[in-house]
Amino acid sequence: METRDGRAGAAAEPGPAASRLSAADVAKVAAQARLRLTEEELEKLSGQLSDILRMAAELKALDTEGVEPTAHGLPIYNVLRDDVPQRSMPREDVLAGAPEQQDGYFKVPRILEEA
Amino acid sequence: MIGGKEAGPLALHNMTAHELRQKLDAGELSSRELTEAFLKRIEQLDGTLGAYLTVAAEEAMEQARSFDEARANGEAVHPLGGIPVALKDNLCTRGLRTTAASRILENWVPPYDATVVERLRAARSPILGKTNMDEFAMGSSTETSAFKVARNPWDLSRVPGGSSGGSAIAVAAGMAVWSLGSDTGGSIRQPAAYCGVVGMKPTYGRVSRYGLLAFASSLDQIGPFTLDITDCALVLNLICGHDPRDSTSVDLEVPDYAASLRAEAKGLRIGIPKEYMSQPIDADVRAAVEGALKLLEENGAQLKEVSLPSTSYALQTYYMIAPAEASSNLARYDGVRYGLRVPADDVPRMMEETRSQGFGPEVKRRIILGTYVLSAGHYDAYYKKASQVRTLIRQDFERAFREVDVLIAPTTPTTAFRLGEKTQDPLAMYMMDIFTIPVNLAGLPGLSMPCGVDKEGLPVGLQIIGPPFREDLVLWAAYTYEQLAWPQGAGRHWRAGREVAVDVR
Repeated sequence: METRDGRAGAAAEPGPAASRLSAADVAKVAAQARLRLTEEELEKLSGQLSDILRMAAELKALDTEGVEPTAHGLPIYNVLRDDVPQRSMPREDVLAGAPEQQDGYFKVPRILEEA
Repeated sequence: MIGGKEAGPLALHNMTAHELRQKLDAGELSSRELTEAFLKRIEQLDGTLGAYLTVAAEEAMEQARSFDEARANGEAVHPLGGIPVALKDNLCTRGLRTTAASRILENWVPPYDATVVERLRAARSPILGKTNMDEFAMGSSTETSAFKVARNPWDLSRVPGGSSGGSAIAVAAGMAVWSLGSDTGGSIRQPAAYCGVVGMKPTYGRVSRYGLLAFASSLDQIGPFTLDITDCALVLNLICGHDPRDSTSVDLEVPDYAASLRAEAKGLRIGIPKEYMSQPIDADVRAAVEGALKLLEENGAQLKEVSLPSTSYALQTYYMIAPAEASSNLARYDGVRYGLRVPADDVPRMMEETRSQGFGPEVKRRIILGTYVLSAGHYDAYYKKASQVRTLIRQDFERAFREVDVLIAPTTPTTAFRLGEKTQDPLAMYMMDIFTIPVNLAGLPGLSMPCGVDKEGLPVGLQIIGPPFREDLVLWAAYTYEQLAWPQGAGRHWRAGREVAVDVR
């Protein structure tokens, strides 16, 4: 993809963050996000994500030396309130949507081996 | 009285909230009758249009009854009280299924109300149901919904836009008087443009996000779809304001937007971003937008070309920041506390199975992209770089607003595209948001309103952008243009009596 000011050339330089993702790369990142993909999905995503990263590489053409990053659009900083105890949501309401529960807790498959 | 001279009185489903308010107040109509009429309309049309994922007929009728009783008892009623509304299905409604159009939340019933929903209930507005959307609001056409195809009411072969497609259809087709959506990169303004209604994203921090299922927390904002600008102002009055439960909601006074609407082109300084107008834009879209600008100028507004030099980097910036935030926000869907669980022998496999079966392709694509750009070794090159460019984009707008009150541009480069046309090409789909995304990155208020049609008869959206927390300036320009061009309501008059493209037997 070409940038509007025709600086596509500068953007295409391979940087330390290579903008080509193989199917194996995608599988690795997917595993970090707890996702498992089929071979077909991996192939498709490898092409699509590479395209997106190539587009993102155009940002490298911009000089951002000394520019502060923006976390969100507005100058809102840490917001603190008085530490006053308040009633929380009733436990049974919170647990009502749980896939599995027991004795007032969320229940998951065993995470520790038996001794 | 609204209604063409020849056409006779308007059907209820073609009336604005403020017109219906008069009928309710005059005792010509009860909220029960009104709500029933809309439920019937949904029953007739929605099988074809696919705007609703859940219809809450009983709850809506109960709320209508409660409104009618309050009115009969002489209680003060809210301007939007008794008027039926639709909610995007990523707004939590206590006791009413909320899915974000995802399999992973297919049967989730929230234990609490979003702040905006609390306000609706306090106003006694009947909630007709929850609307179709792109899964977790990730998409520009509502085609990533896990449940239903949504169709543009003016041409059933086309998309309604997205991600708040269902909320736009509901208002355009008269299946709700108004609705709420959410806008992360254009998800209110773009479907409003495609469906020919008014849609507004307020300033980031103006409306509480408490109870909005998070997609990209630094960009998400809730806003209305309405038939005209007056209704838009009335909804802003209801939903804007500080909420201690959202730490990014700002404690600033909220003006009475509806009471301060004014139609006066003189004194209005309008900026036209040259980098927007030099993009590839459909000729009909360009002509309609230029026509609107000309009309405002002829009536005394000042037009001025302004420059937003970082515009060509907005899309790249957004597609680093939004997926990064999404990958973090969507980590919570792990099969432990709510939503889908696919059983497995151990926790990691349970989580992997649940997420792999529960999320659709677009959501997976963005989670993986976000995980990648946040990972060690890529963070500086992608995420940090994008956050810095975001500063440049914000500064562009700050400079422009030193000289003008509002910016005007097209909402989208084209009118509604065909179903399936862009599903195989994510980048082409993402391009549809090129004029709306910078507004989210800078946290500004933006509105889309119809400004004409293309040669196929499809509506064109005019986008009006204002400085932070100056919704009043956006509404000034919008109301002025509406009174000049479409005095019977921007979301209604362009249709010239045409009914939606659905066979009603």
